[in-house]
Amino acid sequence: MNVLVSRLVQAVMVAVLIGTATFVMMRSLPGDAAWRIAAGRYGYDRVDAASADAVRAELGLDGPTLPALVQWLGDLARFDFGTSLVTGQPVIKEIVHQLGATVSLALAALLLSLLIGPPLGILAGLRPGGALDRALLVASTGLKAAPQFLIALVLIVLVAVQLRWLPAAGHGEPRHFILPALTLALGLSAVNARIARDAMARIADMPYWRFAQWKGLSERQTLLRHGLRGVSVPLVTYLGLQFVTLVEGVIIVESIFGWPGIGHALVHAIFSRDVPMVQGTALMLGLGFVLINAAIDLAVNRLDPRTAS
Amino acid sequence: MTATTDLPLRRPSVLRARGVGTTLVLALLALALLGGLIVPGDPYAQSLTKALAGPEATAPLGYDHLGRSVFHRLIHALRLSPLIALAAVAMAGATGLILGTLAAARGGWVERALVILTDALLALPGLLLVLIVLAMVPGTALGFWVGLTLVLWIEFFRLARAATRETLASPAVQASQLLGFGPVYIFRTHIWPEIAPMMLTAAAFGTATAIMSIAALGFVHTGMRAPTPELGLMMVELLPYWREAPLALLSPVIATFALLLGLTLLAGSRET
Repeated sequence: MNVLVSRLVQAVMVAVLIGTATFVMMRSLPGDAAWRIAAGRYGYDRVDAASADAVRAELGLDGPTLPALVQWLGDLARFDFGTSLVTGQPVIKEIVHQLGATVSLALAALLLSLLIGPPLGILAGLRPGGALDRALLVASTGLKAAPQFLIALVLIVLVAVQLRWLPAAGHGEPRHFILPALTLALGLSAVNARIARDAMARIADMPYWRFAQWKGLSERQTLLRHGLRGVSVPLVTYLGLQFVTLVEGVIIVESIFGWPGIGHALVHAIFSRDVPMVQGTALMLGLGFVLINAAIDLAVNRLDPRTAS
Repeated sequence: MTATTDLPLRRPSVLRARGVGTTLVLALLALALLGGLIVPGDPYAQSLTKALAGPEATAPLGYDHLGRSVFHRLIHALRLSPLIALAAVAMAGATGLILGTLAAARGGWVERALVILTDALLALPGLLLVLIVLAMVPGTALGFWVGLTLVLWIEFFRLARAATRETLASPAVQASQLLGFGPVYIFRTHIWPEIAPMMLTAAAFGTATAIMSIAALGFVHTGMRAPTPELGLMMVELLPYWREAPLALLSPVIATFALLLGLTLLAGSRET
């Protein structure tokens, strides 16, 4: 219960932080925000002083600061994110749409990473110092050092441009999932393969493991009955940390592959100074992150009751 | 900003990894600082007739799509990102160290307020924070400096606070206090030697994180603006010309990877 309360406090802090930051952003945009927004709405050739003034009056871009901030945060508390300055659509509507795309991409990436990383890690951990273990160490060190955009670049050049197997960008068909999900999954599996390997090596060194083998269980049975649960505890704990990578990765990877999700929307909103959109998408990423961490806390307590106390 | 874990390696391999890391970083720094002396040239000078041409004596890595020497753009980029990164890490390290030791030493509401603040900041993905700051602060380099400092100081704060709290409770510090030594002495002789090695590791990771963020945001057109030579920006500019000039694209890719790998290896393992 304590865990949930502290996560709730964290969520409120995140909302206030993002709300205030976006408010300051609205107030102190470099250049004339009204011009930019008007240009975003009507196109760069058709914007003039009159339309900029109309936008300024409509959005209340000048006026005293403090009451405006209170009102801004009040709107936020009532989950009123306003309307996008560029498209004129309610922000919430756009976000709900984008959230589906982001969540499906993130889940695909996570699933893929769990298919790649832990099995390799467990195999390597069963034979510490073996060929697979050493190869895995080199591969995961390299992959961990490589930023996601670099992995994306290499995949695009190799798979999409040179081999022409898969499209470099797009959304809608299952094959569009492969490259962005693989980009995210490679970075994640570099970490979870190491965690699985270390956990497995530690467990295989324990007396209960040797006892299980001694009483005649095959290697497969020992692993299934005595190994997997132990390996899963650090993996689930690190899932929380991996979501940092995932949420950040989503911002970059979606922009690179043109995936119509939250991260892509955030980058675009920042580019066109669409502050309500920035607020909505940033809030969604931040709160989603807190929510995931709360879920991880609960899951770890369930798997390993010793941590609950 | 990626989750990093510690690899339980045997001692010699840790040292070897550190050695490789140091060599990589020093080699790239030497290239960045001395490259311009060996082959003089201008990263902004264009000669459109040579667009996408191969390497020659005055441009060892060939030319980009606007006929600018890739070599000279690369060495400029290799100075820019590490400079911003080091400035941010220095600022973040100082802030985190001061606030962290202060929080542990004072306790009470100072500590509680700082912990709540860092918890809230930790709940924001770092890249998101940098993006928001970049949108608010005029000047991209300044924005990166402020934004990255804001992201990186948390790690230093947490390390400094944890280590200080542990050290302050030790019998050695109690003895010093009983002997009447002041806080400055206690910090210098007891706390700093505990923190210093951790701070160095955190600084190497922080530098890698910062360089990675600058390049990543450059790559999606939200970081440095053209025509500034920047690693991520160079890659995204040269990506469409991969077939015509593979070397031009590969050089920033390899340089960035080598730099980040070097810094990660240099940092070595870290307790998480």
